[in-house]
Formats: sequence, C-alpha cells, structure tokens
Amino acid sequence: MAATRGEVLKIYKNMLRESGRFSFYNYRMYALRRVKDAFRQHKSIHEPSEIQLHLKEANKFLNIIKRQVIVGDLYKFEKLVIEMKSDDK
Amino acid sequence: MACRNINVQNVSKIVRYFSQKVTEQESKISSRMGFLLGKPLYLDAQATTPLDPRVLDAMMPYMTYSYGNPHSRTHLYGWESEEAVETARQHIADLVGANPKEIIFTSGATESNNLAIKGIAHFYGSKKRHIITTQTEHKCVLDSCRALEGEGFEITYLPVCSSGIISLDELKSAIRPDTSLVSIMAVNNEIGVKQPIKKIGELCKSKKVFFHTDAAQAVGKINIDVNDQNIDLMSISGHKLYGPKGIGALFVRRKPRVRLEPIQSGGGQERGLRSGTVPAPLVVGFGEACRIAKNELEYDHAWMTKLSNLLLEKITKNLPEVVRNGDAVHTYPGCLNLSFAFVEGESLLMALKDIALSSGSACTSASLEPSYVLRAIGADEDLAHSSIRFGFGRFTTIDEVEYTAEKCIKHVQRLREMSPLWEMHQEGIDIKSIKWSQH
Repeated sequence: MAATRGEVLKIYKNMLRESGRFSFYNYRMYALRRVKDAFRQHKSIHEPSEIQLHLKEANKFLNIIKRQVIVGDLYKFEKLVIEMKSDDK
Repeated sequence: MACRNINVQNVSKIVRYFSQKVTEQESKISSRMGFLLGKPLYLDAQATTPLDPRVLDAMMPYMTYSYGNPHSRTHLYGWESEEAVETARQHIADLVGANPKEIIFTSGATESNNLAIKGIAHFYGSKKRHIITTQTEHKCVLDSCRALEGEGFEITYLPVCSSGIISLDELKSAIRPDTSLVSIMAVNNEIGVKQPIKKIGELCKSKKVFFHTDAAQAVGKINIDVNDQNIDLMSISGHKLYGPKGIGALFVRRKPRVRLEPIQSGGGQERGLRSGTVPAPLVVGFGEACRIAKNELEYDHAWMTKLSNLLLEKITKNLPEVVRNGDAVHTYPGCLNLSFAFVEGESLLMALKDIALSSGSACTSASLEPSYVLRAIGADEDLAHSSIRFGFGRFTTIDEVEYTAEKCIKHVQRLREMSPLWEMHQEGIDIKSIKWSQH
C-alpha cells in the first residue's frame, strides 16, 4: 500500500508540474484545476485494483499534457490581458 | 481582362500589392487592439469554444501519418481511418444515447439543420406541406424554412413567451394533419433558454409528427437522450463542445425510420444522406470531444453554474437596472444574457475591448439591428439594444469572470453618468411618457 501511496503522489506532482507548463493561460488554469479536482474526487478509493486503473489513466493524461505543452510551445502567441495584469503585481 | 496580361512584372506587382495589404491588415489589428496590453479574454463560448488539448492530441495522428481515406476498402490506410471514424461515431452516439448507425457526419450544425428540414420537407412533401418552428430559432433554421416557403410549403413560426420558452398548448393547436416536422432548438444560442424538449417530443410522437431539434448549444452541456426525449432528428456541432470546426452530425432515427431526401449527390457515403469523403481527422476530434463531454458533463456544468452565479451576483449587487434576458431557471448557465438599461450595447462592447463578448449571435453581430430573439421574447426596443451575452466555457477561470464583472460595472457606471436619459430616470421621470418633439 505504501508504495502505491508514493506512486500516486508522484504522478500527482508530475501532472501538476506539467500542467503548469502550458503556455496558454486557459489551458494551464484548466489543467491545474482538473488534475487537483480529479485526485480529490478519487481520494476515498482504497481498492488496489481500482487505484491501479486510475493510475494507468493518469499516466495516459500525463503523456497527453506533456505532448500538448510541446505543441503549445511551438507557436508564439500574445498573452492575455489578465496575465499582464498579474505580471504587474 | 487585366488577368490576361499577367507577366512576370505584373506578378511581382501583385505580390507587392498583397504583401502591402497584409501589413496594412496587421497594423489595423494592432491599432484595433491599440493601447491594450495583451489579448482580450474570451467570453463568447456560444460562438465557438477553444479546441481541447486532449482533442488535438487524438487528432494529430490522423492529420499526419494516418492519412487514409476512410472509404478506401483495399488497403491498411483506409482501414485504420475507417476504424477511427467508426470509434468516433460510437462516442457521439454514446453521448446522446443513440445507435452509431443513426449518426450522419456533416460539416456542422448549419448543414445538419438544412439537411433535416429540407430533407424531411422534400421527402414527405407530396402529402405533408406544413412545418412548425419557433421565432427564436437559429438563422439557418429560419432561412431553410424561408426557402421552403418559396417552394410553396407552409411554415408556422411559433411565438415564445417572455421567458423565451414556447407554449405547449400553442404547439399542440398548431399541429395539423399535414404537418410533417416540428423543429425546435434545445438551448437558445443567444439567451441560453432550455426548451421543454421531452414534452415536445412526447407531443410530437403522439401526433405522429417528426421532431427535429437543433442541439448545437446543448449536446455535451446538458443531458440529451434521443430515446428518452423522443427526438427523431438532432443537429450537433463539433466546435461548440471543444471539438474542431467544420464538423458536425445529424442524428436520424432508424426505428421508426425517418427518411430524408439528401441535398448532396455523390459517392453515397453516410448511408447516401451526405455524400463526400468523411474528414477522418475532424471526425476523430469530434468523437474525442464527445467522449470527454460525456465524462465531464457534470463537472463542467457545476463550473458553469459557479461562474454564472458569480458574474450575475457581482453585477446585480453593484448595478441597478440590469435585466436578465430569458428564463432564469430553465436555462443553460454557460450563457448569460444581460441588458443594461440606458446603456447602448455597442458602446459597452467598445468599452469592454479587452473582453471578447458579443451582443448576440455571431452570424448577426455585423449588423447594428437589435437581436430578433430578444424582440421575440418581447424585450423593449431600448433593452434589446443594450444587451450583452456572456458565454462561459470549460476553460474560463474565476479570475477572468471577476475581471469582466469589474470592468463591466465600471464602464456601465461611466456610460450612464454621461447619459441624460439616465439622469432623467434618476430624477424619477418616466422616459416612455415623454413626447419627443421634432425640433
């Protein structure tokens, strides 16, 4: 069990880190919110086989995020007004 | 005639001309944004939604190395594309509770609406020459009906009450023995009002009339089940649910069978109803968008409700005389249409340059006419002119909504302070009772 807990935390952190790399504001904020909520939502799952299933799913998403972060980095685009505002602070 | 004399010199002139045009265009865009720091926020989710990164991820292989024609039956390229298209069809059918065989791919909801309305009218036209729709439908439904009127069909445009919802009794009394189709949209694109689809479906079934619904704004956002709601035909759009643009679908019921006359002739793809090569990458994206929408429906809906309540609360707390257009309960929360009395909608839109908003449908946003939807719900001319539609999506953040509310409050107050009518209203003069003289 302990190994699984570490595994879960590891992928959670990885997903948050990768999500934070989206250069497009809206994708970044959504990914962070969605990842946090998904892990919170599944917090009460204790069945090891079910946890494994969710971990597999999470790994798939992690790969999607990684690829899409790269795609986003390939093109230049303007930042949103709201980001400029927070930069000033 | 000028085209005939093209030589190398002229070509270079043309190239120079167009490159100048491009630079002009670029400078126009930057001057349009002017003093703005950064790109405007996007709050126009009814016009279109951004592509979900998960959708793009699913599409990529089919835009690069898996480029086969899904109708090619003689090689692997064709087979893999066909398999992907059929999986996507399954995802779309799952989202709306249909059988995959009942899903016909089209270029979007406009084509689906045309195909459904004209297809039914033409197929059953020898005996049934009456169609019922509502006054608040999307332009493409109304225009298809107009075209049919030109061919001698009779159309009833049902009025809606002030909440934007149709009256079932009126619909019932409008149905005649020669009515072939009732076409009523599920969620309105301008005011977000939900029609009682299930009750309309039951009524149409009992009267043996086909029921078509334009669900472009509804699928993936609210629960739609074609069997539970007795829908015979339904239009779906890809880019309204975070999928790619240029793809949509028409659900056509098989049991009992609904028959259509196709608009396009050709290779007989899509059961002969919509000939033309199915665009595999777009279909894959559309399917993935539907699969995601099914899983995320409740999560997204809760988020829309949160954002919508936040904006409405902030604005109504700080501004008097704000009217919400359309029903407050039977509505999709991702679409909020507000009228700010004594403020001209277009000037407010200009002031809110750093937020991408619209006063109504994107198709009619070029004209300064007030929206026909708002007129149909009986909004006063002045209130119809002062409306703004706020559209939220999966990717909208709380910060964006708060920013919008602040800006909106600030500019409405500023514009009202400048308005003599607002001043008179504050003094208690009823503007409508004033007799304006000519001089």
